[in-house]
Amino acid sequence: MSPEGARVELSGVGVRYPGGAHAVREVDLAIAPGELAVFLGPSGCGKSTLLRTMNRLVEPTDGTVLIDGVDVRRQDPTELRRRIGYVIQAVGLFPHYTVAQNVAVVPRLLGWDRARIAKRVDELLALVALEPAKYRERRPRELSGGEAQRVGVARALAAEPRLLLMDEPFAAVDAIVRAALQEQTARVHRELGTTIVFVTHDVDEALRLADRVVVMNAGRIVQADAPERLLDAPCGDFVRDLVGVDAETRRLTAARPLIER
Amino acid sequence: MSYAATHLRTLAALTLQHLALVAVSLAIALAIAFPAGIVAARNARLGAAIIGTAGVLYTIPSLALLAALVVALGIGPQCAIVALVVYAQLGLVRGIVAGLRGVDPAVVDAARGLGLSPAQRLLRVELPAALPVILAGVRIAAVTLIALATVAGWIAAGGLGTLIFDGLAEHHDGPIVAGALAAALLAIAADAALRACERAVRT
Repeated sequence: MSPEGARVELSGVGVRYPGGAHAVREVDLAIAPGELAVFLGPSGCGKSTLLRTMNRLVEPTDGTVLIDGVDVRRQDPTELRRRIGYVIQAVGLFPHYTVAQNVAVVPRLLGWDRARIAKRVDELLALVALEPAKYRERRPRELSGGEAQRVGVARALAAEPRLLLMDEPFAAVDAIVRAALQEQTARVHRELGTTIVFVTHDVDEALRLADRVVVMNAGRIVQADAPERLLDAPCGDFVRDLVGVDAETRRLTAARPLIER
Repeated sequence: MSYAATHLRTLAALTLQHLALVAVSLAIALAIAFPAGIVAARNARLGAAIIGTAGVLYTIPSLALLAALVVALGIGPQCAIVALVVYAQLGLVRGIVAGLRGVDPAVVDAARGLGLSPAQRLLRVELPAALPVILAGVRIAAVTLIALATVAGWIAAGGLGTLIFDGLAEHHDGPIVAGALAAALLAIAADAALRACERAVRT
């Protein structure tokens, strides 16, 4: 039922601040349809900025961003964003909306009819493991951090985007909830085939989730490889230090498939 | 109280007139404060100028402002309405600015990222999320205006102030007490009603 994921191509992408400092420089990267690419790096390395060029929340000063072969700059930003899912660390649920209304935001913008929206909301709540009857009418303030982020993911997926951008989505929840949310993300990715770009500074999270880990430092890509490759053949001291002392243990975790819930 | 008992009809008519004066002024004041507040919330420099101006206007003594307005506009309710609109600005604009600036930045980022246009963000997300704070400003403005509107009696603009100024002129306590008490009760009732609205919209 769900369409194939989108292809993202970045070429020569740079983001320069008015002062002249670079947040991102000379990034070339192709993300295949259905790939789950994780941008990994310390804070300030440009990973979020790079992610935000894909839905035009940040405009690159150099290079081009193509989604399915079309330059994002040739598309109206609001229309572009409605076709791309967006999940952020602080969730940002609309406080005056119920859970169902939050999930329905993009379908409503797209003018779906009521019955289709209601059906879709229930489907999505079930997909993120929130019982629709129990959660539909709740307000964001009545949710735990983990529940709120599940709703955030459901909201991002509502209009069946072919590309999902997730900016440190699970950094603010505790370890147990984070593991559950990671498993859910892996499952959603497997079931829907959506292309996912996922930003994190958590090495274990990157290794668990990624088809490919894109390691960034100081605005540049240092290495872009499958998790095992990153552990076996770290490219330079930066990556070696990042995956670090626990490389051996991490190899074991990364090799183990995520447990089905 | 004996005055109130024997002049119930007058008291009721003046109370309604008082309310109408406040309601009209508040409506006009809101129509000005919303655009001013939205601009002020988005632009720090303009915001300082707008709130500064409203603050200066607020400090003008009410009788002095009314006297000046009578000279400019002639005697009657129009003077009272202009004065009340001016005095309402500070509370209203401050409420709107505080409300909009207080909206969680993550909510605004999510709204942008999901593809709401700037107008949709303002109308569907930012203003509704700011509503409880904005309503607190409206409540303070309403209570202030109910109290201030009594001075309209001084320039024959009607309302409960009429009783107070008539009583003062005739050295007659009855109407003074009745007018003052009625205005106070009106302010308390408006405060309670608007507090209930605030609670209803609080998420």
